[in-house]
Amino acid sequence: MTLDTNLKHVETGDALTELINSKENVMVCCGRMGPMCVPVYGAMEELEKSGDYDGVQFADMLFDIPEAAIIRDLPECASFRGLPFTIYYKNGKVAKATTSIQSKDQITAILSEIV
Amino acid sequence: MSNYDVIILGGGPAGLTAGIYLSRAKQSVLILDQGMVGGQVILTHAVANYPGLPELSGYKLASEMKKQAEEFGCVIKGNEKLISFDLKGKKKIVTTKSGEYSSRAVIIAVGGQPRKLGLESETKFQGLGISYCATCDGDFFTGEDIVVVGGGNSALEEAVSLTKFAKTVTVIHQFDHFQAYAHAIKEAENNSKISFIMESDIVEFTGDQSLTGVNIQNKKDGVITKLGATGAFIFIGYVPGTELFKECVSLSDRKEILTNEDMATDVPGVFAAGDVRQKKFRQITTAVSDGTIAALGVMDYLNGPDPDKI
Repeated sequence: MTLDTNLKHVETGDALTELINSKENVMVCCGRMGPMCVPVYGAMEELEKSGDYDGVQFADMLFDIPEAAIIRDLPECASFRGLPFTIYYKNGKVAKATTSIQSKDQITAILSEIV
Repeated sequence: MSNYDVIILGGGPAGLTAGIYLSRAKQSVLILDQGMVGGQVILTHAVANYPGLPELSGYKLASEMKKQAEEFGCVIKGNEKLISFDLKGKKKIVTTKSGEYSSRAVIIAVGGQPRKLGLESETKFQGLGISYCATCDGDFFTGEDIVVVGGGNSALEEAVSLTKFAKTVTVIHQFDHFQAYAHAIKEAENNSKISFIMESDIVEFTGDQSLTGVNIQNKKDGVITKLGATGAFIFIGYVPGTELFKECVSLSDRKEILTNEDMATDVPGVFAAGDVRQKKFRQITTAVSDGTIAALGVMDYLNGPDPDKI
């Protein structure tokens, strides 16, 4: 099961592990097709399309699949109580995690800081 | 500078409908949205009352509207931060973070945003206990004590909906009566999990890593009491997105844009449509209606003998 977006879909924990180990910068938005999540996917699609962050792999993952526990159970997400959970990985490690809706400006600020 | 016949500010149902009508009429149209194209409708899980369509998600409906507008030739740009405007003259100029655009007419259809309480602690705990979407985040609070802020239909309906997950739901409302419909009030009052604190405001959200409580001030005696709550859902209405336009067009005392029945503002060549303008009912269908009328009004304006005299 995947989300209805134009982003790369991650469907398993193994696929996510492989992705974050093969790319220096990875941004994964883990959510549903809900009101707080859709704007984040939209911003990610625009950033990907813009080419300004070619060094970043943008991806999504459906929050409710069992394999998404790899994100849901991250210590960085322990206090999160709002969708989506958005994780920024650098060199295979979590560099930043956010909860709930984020604007394109907020995402850009984080990417600029991390990348 | 890129030139268009019409610039539409806002890509919700009102703006997209206006774009569809104008581009079909062979006008060059640019639609700019500060967020994701689709407007507030994308925040709706299910739209069941849009004529001619079976129940579908707001995201799907907005996506279809956008696709239709693009197919007719509209140029649509999302996440385009608006910086400044010069709307008074015959040539309208809109400046965004990424460029400058001009047109002969402008339709303002920027809609509104969920109203926030405006507390510093509200921002701190967004996503960490504070939410504006019960269907999105309700299941994070299974078996817990939560509060709902507000007294309108959304607040009471969502309070009832949240009892599927929460152990208790306390509705906190600033007035001594609700603004919701009678059936919504009755349903909430009859739910044994729901209690009410009236004539009170939340003055602070408290907690460390996540929300653990709220401080509530009684408006009559000023006394502040603490209430334990791991979740707070806020439904206190919407505010029109007119802050940027307050120097450009006339606003009502509720900060809504004033228009005539053709959606024209008091500035020649500047129209408004949808939730951003002063009106009583705000539905997807009324936004679509506004967008249609605004587009036709713009066509009248552009085809008039001297646009500046309209």
